[in-house]
Amino acid sequence: MNSQWEAVIGLEIHTQLSTKSKIFSGAATAYGAEPNTQACAVDLGLPGVLPVLNKDAVRKAVTFGLAIDAEIAPHSVFARKNYFYPDLPKGYQISQFELPIVGNGHLDIEVDGVSKRIGITRAHLEEDAGKSLHEDFHGLTGIDLNRAGTPLLEIVSEPDMRSAKEAVAYMRKLHELVRYLEICDGNMQEGSFRCDANVSVRPKGQNEFGTRAEIKNINSFKFVEKAINHEIERQIDVIEGGGKVVQETRLYDANKDETRSMRSKEEANDYRYFPDPDLLPVLIEESLKNEIRTTLPELPDAKKQRFIEQYTLDNESATTLTSSRELADFYETVVKASGGEAKLAGNWLTGDVLGALNKAGLEIGDCPVNAERLSGLLKRIADNTISGKTAKQVFDKLWNSNDSADEIIEKEGLKQITDTGAIEAIVDKVIAANPVPVEQYRAGKDKALMALVGQIMKETQGKANPGEVNKMLIAKLKN
Amino acid sequence: MHKLTLTELAAGLRSKAFSSVELTQHFLDRTHQHHDLNAFITVSADSALQQAQAADQLLATGNAGPLAGIPIAQKDIFCTLGTKTSCGSKMLDNFIAPYDATVVEHFNSAGAVMLGKLNMDEFAMGSSNENSFYGPVRNPWATDCVPGGSSGGSAAAVAARLAPAVTGTDTGGSIRQPAALCGITGLKPTYGRVSRYGMIAYASSLDQGGPMARSAEDAALLLQVMAGFDPKDSTSVDQTVPDYSTSLNDSLQGLKIGLPKQFFSAELDSQMAATIQAAIAEYQKLGAEVKEVDMPNLQLAIPAYYVIASAECSSNLSRYDGVRFGYRCQNPADLTDLYTRSRGEAFGAEVKRRILMGTYALSAGYYDAYYLKAQQVRRLISDDFKRALSEVDVLMGPVTPNTAFNIGEKTSDPIQMYLEDIYTIAINLAGLPAMSIPAGFIDGKPVGLHVIGNYFSEAKLLNVGHRYQQVTDWHLQVPKGFE
Repeated sequence: MNSQWEAVIGLEIHTQLSTKSKIFSGAATAYGAEPNTQACAVDLGLPGVLPVLNKDAVRKAVTFGLAIDAEIAPHSVFARKNYFYPDLPKGYQISQFELPIVGNGHLDIEVDGVSKRIGITRAHLEEDAGKSLHEDFHGLTGIDLNRAGTPLLEIVSEPDMRSAKEAVAYMRKLHELVRYLEICDGNMQEGSFRCDANVSVRPKGQNEFGTRAEIKNINSFKFVEKAINHEIERQIDVIEGGGKVVQETRLYDANKDETRSMRSKEEANDYRYFPDPDLLPVLIEESLKNEIRTTLPELPDAKKQRFIEQYTLDNESATTLTSSRELADFYETVVKASGGEAKLAGNWLTGDVLGALNKAGLEIGDCPVNAERLSGLLKRIADNTISGKTAKQVFDKLWNSNDSADEIIEKEGLKQITDTGAIEAIVDKVIAANPVPVEQYRAGKDKALMALVGQIMKETQGKANPGEVNKMLIAKLKN
Repeated sequence: MHKLTLTELAAGLRSKAFSSVELTQHFLDRTHQHHDLNAFITVSADSALQQAQAADQLLATGNAGPLAGIPIAQKDIFCTLGTKTSCGSKMLDNFIAPYDATVVEHFNSAGAVMLGKLNMDEFAMGSSNENSFYGPVRNPWATDCVPGGSSGGSAAAVAARLAPAVTGTDTGGSIRQPAALCGITGLKPTYGRVSRYGMIAYASSLDQGGPMARSAEDAALLLQVMAGFDPKDSTSVDQTVPDYSTSLNDSLQGLKIGLPKQFFSAELDSQMAATIQAAIAEYQKLGAEVKEVDMPNLQLAIPAYYVIASAECSSNLSRYDGVRFGYRCQNPADLTDLYTRSRGEAFGAEVKRRILMGTYALSAGYYDAYYLKAQQVRRLISDDFKRALSEVDVLMGPVTPNTAFNIGEKTSDPIQMYLEDIYTIAINLAGLPAMSIPAGFIDGKPVGLHVIGNYFSEAKLLNVGHRYQQVTDWHLQVPKGFE
């Protein structure tokens, strides 16, 4: 970005709450059913039907509010947002307007090692609309109302972010949090976590905000970063070209990597919000808040801090290991089962295990090597039964079979040679057979040692302890 | 058989003086005979006779409920599984609900027989039943006159003895005003007493279903079936339903009646005033004490009502868009055309007027001045009632400013029509229960006495109505030609 300009970004994130039934009806919320099979009379907006609030959606909203240290409104109100659209069955969306359930809160993010607090203005409950399907209908539009009435929590941030990177960090942090809290499955492909970004630019040092554009419906971390960066560039170009940014809604086109105008402020709807007379105000008692507070899990930041202290992990490892509740739990199970091999477990999880999962496109929950089998491997590394290098071999076998680490080591004969006499014989043999590197080492070329160690490891088929070999080799060469 | 009360009908069915099939056929015949009243939109003869047969079998087992085998009819605003529910509108002329309203379910499980669906003003908007897509209903007492509205078909059907008892709904007077104009007993319960689930919404914060019958005694039996908490309606109230019949005969000795002085201003028609005063004198004979009460904010009720009701209706009626059910225009050119023509062609003038008023009142820049202001007025009116009802047990006054007027007389002047509800509307804004009972005639046309009670005092209102009906016979009068 041109250094004379500063971007101002605020995000509105729609998280789909993982309730079993819809926010105002008993219909199921499961994704991917045949069109219109999960829409009951209430979801269809038939004449005479009435909404009844799903208490679990309220609990989940309160859970979120407590987790971001927000004010929970003792009295919040559902309002109708009126507009016509074919996939909006009632001609209005039930949402919250003046009195949302969650008020001021905050979330801390970290970018390039610098931590920053992002304000959260509010979070409110609302129902999702259905979907318009434009394909396969020969010029007509199909309507699928399965999604209509799915509970959403719209989380609105303050305009506190100053770069696309910060916006992505915030979005990731929020994504991590809602999954920790188990209030949203976080599935972005299925639209469970969607983002609208408000972007404006201003000359550095100016206090007033520039005119903002809203970019709608950006559904991956990658696209959020690209869309925001593109929009920042576009706005700077407009201003530097002598033009003015207009307040409007823009749509990000991932294929062309550009945003384009959807509608301007003048064309914007007047939603005619008013309190929904079919629903009573939502009253949250102190006792409910207290009860929910006791069910809150350890939150990512606290967990990370604890990992750093309890397991003496570095910041980066602790961040990775606490990036999801499942991974953190997996880690702690491994540490416990391996008899406290915290460091080793950390290295293995952040390295080989996550690498393998990534390659296979799997989540930690689907890892073919469970915590118990992984800790079996770590124990053998720790007690020097196998070398780190051999361990990688064993891990591959663990991944592809149901055997335990001990069974694999036994079957494959991978036990490290602990008989120092046997190693010594091989060391002597290698020294005798490689006079050139021996001379080079003695002449002060430390690198030459590696060639000798490699030869010895080869002779022992990797079963010697490289540390031991090193020590022995140096001792002999110095004689 | 059509002269018998509900209690007598129930006894007749149990003593096998007649069967439910015979009784049902008798009312179906009367409905057919008097179809020119246009009280019904749909007569469901086949399903009624099937229900009657089932009721006869149930009665034979001795396990039948109090309404088993008794024919009733539903205002066409209550959704009925398998039978058209039009709400008096072209918009829903093709609509058959896939479910029963909670009120309808209650009647079904009580074993009642549904004769059909009653005519009404379109979407319950009107005070004369002239706004129905299915044409006006005639008042059995003067067939060139309106029956009132919006439950005009309901009131006419009971007055003409086409059904022993029926349902109605009341948003601004739609049970009480037609009950008054047709000389029957109509009760609007406390808001939240009767479930609104399946009752097509006009103005959600004001709509309330209730019984319309010939007497308070019959209305008590009907309300017993209709009332109760419904988990499907968040605004229904979880409060025990008392036995409305046991307290009907309670003494009225010492009953405190308040007469709001705003109800008896100089503008009140002198004959109307005299009729109401005579009814109140009757209560004094029964031991009641009368005092005047002041309700200074009552005159604000009509403007507040038309802002709130219109605002809510403008949103409630958005779902009629030609997309999923109901009327759709021919060959829409695009989405906007689909919306504008479907709605333009299928809504009547009064419905359009209120949608426009409501949309305006909720629009950016007007919301505070109209909607919020009206809500503040609503609170003032409720406070007036609270204050008055802390001093007295019930309030009394006229239901309407005049008796039934001619068909066509007020259609050209909506304000004149809105003033029809000047005495009834405030009660809806406050959410209180109120009743109209027959209290005399002016020039052969019925007059209703308005009895207003505190929240959930339906039993008291029915008691007050019943005791009066024990010493008067206005409710027993039958219009000529319908004996």
